[in-house]
Amino acid sequence: MTTSPYEHHDYDVLIIGAGGAGLRAAIEAEQRGLKVGIITKSLLGKAHTVMAEGGIAAAMGNVYSEDNWMVHFRDTMRGGKMLNNYRMAELHAKESPDRVWELEQWGALFDRTKDGKILQRDFGGHRYARLAHVGDRTGLELIRTLQQKVVSMGTDVYMECKVLQLVHDASGRVAGCVAYWRHNGEFVTFGAKAVIMATGGTGRSWKFTTNSWEGTGDGHAMSLWAGAKLIDMECIQFHPTGMVWPLSVRGLLVTEGVRGDGGVLRNSEGKRFMFNYVPDMFRAETADTEEEADKWYDDHSAGRRPPELLPRDEVARAINTEVKAGRGTPHGGVLLDIASRRTPEFIRRRLPSMYHQFMELAGVDITREAMEIGPTCHYIMGGVKVEADSAATDAPGLFAAGECAGGLHGANRLGGNSLSDLVVFGRRAGAGAAEYIESGQAATELDMAEVEYAVKEALDPFDRADGESPYDVQRDLQEMMQTNVGIIRTATEIEDAIVQLDTFTERVKHLSVKGGRAYNPGWNLATDLPAMLTVCKTVALGAINRQESRGGHTREDFPKTDPHFGTFNFAHSSDGGKWDSPIITHESPLLEIPDELKALLEEAK
Amino acid sequence: MTDVTMRIWRGDASGGEFKDYTIEPNEGEVVLDIIHRLQATQTPDLACRWNCKAGKCGSCSAEVNGRPRLMCMTRMQDLPEGPVTVTPMKTFPIIRDLVTDVSFNFIMAAKVPAFLPPPMPEGGYRMFQKDVERGQEFRKCIECFLCQDVCHVIRDHEENKEHYAGPRFFIRYAELEMHPLDTNDRRDLVHEEMGLGYCNITKCCTEVCPEHIHITDNAIIPLKERVVDADYDPIAWLGRKIRRKPKKSASEAAVQPAP
Repeated sequence: MTTSPYEHHDYDVLIIGAGGAGLRAAIEAEQRGLKVGIITKSLLGKAHTVMAEGGIAAAMGNVYSEDNWMVHFRDTMRGGKMLNNYRMAELHAKESPDRVWELEQWGALFDRTKDGKILQRDFGGHRYARLAHVGDRTGLELIRTLQQKVVSMGTDVYMECKVLQLVHDASGRVAGCVAYWRHNGEFVTFGAKAVIMATGGTGRSWKFTTNSWEGTGDGHAMSLWAGAKLIDMECIQFHPTGMVWPLSVRGLLVTEGVRGDGGVLRNSEGKRFMFNYVPDMFRAETADTEEEADKWYDDHSAGRRPPELLPRDEVARAINTEVKAGRGTPHGGVLLDIASRRTPEFIRRRLPSMYHQFMELAGVDITREAMEIGPTCHYIMGGVKVEADSAATDAPGLFAAGECAGGLHGANRLGGNSLSDLVVFGRRAGAGAAEYIESGQAATELDMAEVEYAVKEALDPFDRADGESPYDVQRDLQEMMQTNVGIIRTATEIEDAIVQLDTFTERVKHLSVKGGRAYNPGWNLATDLPAMLTVCKTVALGAINRQESRGGHTREDFPKTDPHFGTFNFAHSSDGGKWDSPIITHESPLLEIPDELKALLEEAK
Repeated sequence: MTDVTMRIWRGDASGGEFKDYTIEPNEGEVVLDIIHRLQATQTPDLACRWNCKAGKCGSCSAEVNGRPRLMCMTRMQDLPEGPVTVTPMKTFPIIRDLVTDVSFNFIMAAKVPAFLPPPMPEGGYRMFQKDVERGQEFRKCIECFLCQDVCHVIRDHEENKEHYAGPRFFIRYAELEMHPLDTNDRRDLVHEEMGLGYCNITKCCTEVCPEHIHITDNAIIPLKERVVDADYDPIAWLGRKIRRKPKKSASEAAVQPAP
């Protein structure tokens, strides 16, 4: 037992993050009889999972009986440009149907087919209609269902509690963490036999993003500091359709479901430009003409897929090119048009949140007018390197699941594969942690020197009278990353970013915070910035090293995909374990795909 | 646009006061944008709770010009001219500035007896769209707690919080009651312990719901009818007396084996 000078709690399994992955992990660990604690920096039920709109991908075959896990596996690997951890893609495709049915057993209410099964909708990169959904608020349904299950089990949830750093025991195993309470600013320590990281993404380091204040990459950074590795950090998904006007909502997500349900993209000349951007990899399965594409919506055997439903990386790049060529809207976007293609009743029933979002925030009626949209930073494919079956990281005692884990999505994630990722690997992380504890390797007591280091780092900004405001540093960081490591990258800009990130490190060391410790948003931001900087550094290092274009990483100076770079991930580790320690980058070979799975990928070419 | 005076309540549990800030709104900005710009430029420790800034998470609830609203969905240009007052939700204890302690709602959530379906048949349950739509309306709830904030049963009577679940949880009970698969009967509980009878259907909750859920008409009134049916229908009453199953508590229901 740890003796801590702060409020202290002990658990078997400690879960950091209360989104879909964290909650599903908690249910699994709890059902295995373990004592589980969940820490979240927001209130329960507010995690970023609620922002997921379109659906959860699972090859249940309810709409197209031809669908099965093998097709889903193939789609995921091709969408990820073969940079995926194949074993994760295999487990994900096999297990996601059971995870969806399980949600119904816990009270979820999905939209139905005529014969009463779960309805599935079309999305980019999925060969068949595969996304179980509830209108365009599927993420809310998922988090509420898991939240209500967790509450019914009586699991301890620490809300508005911000974790600063993982803490080891004397043997170097991960043994818990140190955190602080938002409401009064007091520190608290947690001891645990195993820790599961489920903190989500890191989009907050870019200027235009779908992410909330929470997406600061805490879990990525804390795992790296604690001895885990990060992979594929250069692979960032810019969602093709974010709002662009008014400026105050720029970046806000517009669901891919708009395109799945018949919406098309047009440039300022009114042309459906996506037909000009079909890459060879997807040529055989994509329609050549508008007539053919339009037939596909009603019957997938009557025509090939519309090019608007190519994977997100392709669509985002195409929009970017159109705007650069001067064929964009006055606010720098393109038009997403469903109004001219579907009835107002259909649009309001299938896309109620989008209807309200545009009506209330932009004064646009999407049943009558086209939406102005453009790419927005949405998701990081990269994350903590994990062992596929158990979600174990390279740091003993630490597991990771959901967006903060890497590997499943390779270089680009398909829409709908995120929610299924959360429940498939959330459950596996809970099981992995339980098995680790059963094997008797679990950690003992917290190294209090590490706790005191984190506390001092957190409090230092109060002692600097004339330092810089954390808000200014964050704003400049977002501008810099948007400009230098955005959707299209080039060596000179990335190199400049790497130099600038060192300057930002110095600025963070001289931050100053005003006010007290109780619910102080400026102080909270100051504690976010070290993680944000660590993550940005790994993104820039991955981006400079990957001298090719693949998925969510596009180099202007290396526009082609290079087979050499398709054999390994760039992995990063920390040399020193502090937030300002140097980061070492190396090549980490991809797992060898067994022949029977390789056949699934080749057969479908 | 011209400068606007933002009159914001600053303080904590021990007390507080309004403070005025002057700022020029940009086109399309919502109240939450203004709060964020004040934090970045004038008052870095101004406390407010927010997450998605898209009306989907229900975190940034407050009272704008006295009306319970989501700050992220309230456009500055839609407010009348003159100073804009922003105050924390009145029904809940203050933590700091615009942030309140909403734990009342989490206590009520923990009292809801769990969903209890029959075992799932091979290939999944069959339910029909028209049957799930009733529950889906209530599951749109983003838990902003504005309905709880506006409900006079607890807004003006702290003592009622012990035996009144509030509109947010009445729609939760209604959702479970109308769920095609649920087998757990909560009608006595919602009547006897959750205070459904205190609601005198003034519809204030429906008016402030940012998700436009028909809380009163589609949830509370039907729930009241079902409770009455359970109480006064002599055949149903007798039937329940004879083979009355105790309702499953949350923790009992939770020990079902993992599917």
